Amino acid sequence: MSIKGKAYIAGIYEHPTRLAKDLSLAQIHAEVAKEALEDAGLTKDDVDGYFCAGDAPGLGPMSMVEYMGLRPRHVDSTDTGGSSYVLHVGHAAEAIAAGKCKVALITLAGRPRAEGMATGTVPRSRGGTPTPDEPFEFPYGPTVVNMYAMCAMRHMYEFGTTAEQLAWIKVAASHHAQHNPHALLREVVTVEDVVNSPMISDPLRRLDCCVITDGGGAIVVVAPEIARSLKRPKVKLLGASEFIKTQMGGKVDLTYSGARFTGQAAFAEAGVKPSDMKYVSIYDSFTITVLMQLEDLGFAEKGKGGRLVADGNLISGVGKLPFNTDGGGLCSNHPGNRGGLTKVLEAVRQLRGEAHPAVQVKNCDFALAHGTGGSLGLRHGSATVILGRE
Amino acid sequence: MADTKERKLPAPSISAETQAYWDAAAKGKLLVRKCTSCGEAHHYPRTICPFCFSDKTEWIEASGKGTIYSYSVMRRAPVPYAMAYVTLAEGPRMVTNIVDCDFDKLRCELPVRLVFRPTDGGPPLPMFTPA
Repeated sequence: MSIKGKAYIAGIYEHPTRLAKDLSLAQIHAEVAKEALEDAGLTKDDVDGYFCAGDAPGLGPMSMVEYMGLRPRHVDSTDTGGSSYVLHVGHAAEAIAAGKCKVALITLAGRPRAEGMATGTVPRSRGGTPTPDEPFEFPYGPTVVNMYAMCAMRHMYEFGTTAEQLAWIKVAASHHAQHNPHALLREVVTVEDVVNSPMISDPLRRLDCCVITDGGGAIVVVAPEIARSLKRPKVKLLGASEFIKTQMGGKVDLTYSGARFTGQAAFAEAGVKPSDMKYVSIYDSFTITVLMQLEDLGFAEKGKGGRLVADGNLISGVGKLPFNTDGGGLCSNHPGNRGGLTKVLEAVRQLRGEAHPAVQVKNCDFALAHGTGGSLGLRHGSATVILGRE
Repeated sequence: MADTKERKLPAPSISAETQAYWDAAAKGKLLVRKCTSCGEAHHYPRTICPFCFSDKTEWIEASGKGTIYSYSVMRRAPVPYAMAYVTLAEGPRMVTNIVDCDFDKLRCELPVRLVFRPTDGGPPLPMFTPA
């Protein structure tokens, strides 16, 4: 069974906040759910499937189902970190195709800024029963940034990728973010700005890193007959795939991500190829994340991603591969340190023709959204969806 | 820049499955788990081989020789440190730190040798230094 054409994204919403001191976590989940359902033209009582990940308060989906007064007959709280919501879109399509639900709601919310969380530079133990890997990693001081930095270091060593090439990814994101009134960083930056920003963990500098923001978002995935009854532009699910990439028992290879597998599978299911994509949303926790995923998804040969992203090639209206036209995680929003959901949102805006006019891609008929959750350098969950305008 | 200041290292949490690994570390030895069924060594150590799923695994002592697969110097820590993956001569790559070194002279594929560093109330951690 394929999910191709079996489900549509009918509603989306991104919370405008980037600092949510006066909002509770559950409240943000409910606010984005309400707005995404209104965007679709649906109500809470239409929802019969609910999807959330580890950012939702409580055990799996249960507290949020209660808080929002939902009555789902299908739930899924698979957590692969920031990629969870891209994966949930695929799972929602599977559930709809199997007749388990017709209106699937996916929500995300987080308040790392309001809570003063040290997100990127402090090693964190999960607490509770240690994971089997923890004793062999945590005492050494792995952080979010140094584990991604090791991927960049090896990529530079093997392929000659440069700091300037990585910097172009931030530059492109900043060109897009200037048009997003909600973006945390709206200032256009240059390659020089990036490579002269303070070193955080070699070779990644401050401007190679994404923003830390509060906020959230929601997606409503519906069955074809529901989509036909609604007034919104139709965005069809064409392909979806997920993969967990690990250290493979000590055979770790930091030069590629799970996107190598999810891209191939999602394109095969959709019956399209990378060159058919008019717009791509690529997970951008760091500049290196974008570069590796673009290679792995098939937009460049392995090792040649640096050339693909350089010289403004990712800037909408300038280059050949417009990416993250909302400013992405690098400049706009990385709610709850989980950037997968907002990747889907901007892809839907592009396909609907509802992106900011300055960054809207002309005749945008095919788009891809890809997420990487967890740690690129330790173990991560990859998820890809391919969407088409109908 | 050298790591002259001392970092306080948290003690690893020890399970029955990995007790022998940490007991050996306390004696200055690095153990690697090897499968006698498929012949592959792996890390971190498990009783069931992650390659062939055989339960015929045993401890072997590592030579302590290796090379840096990748590294990153965490400049934004109270005491900067070098995070690394080291490829052991026995095959597996392990998460570790590079210590007693000039951070600016580290590079991928640099030969390194095993050393140990004490933890806060637990067994010492296997780390590496330029050979």
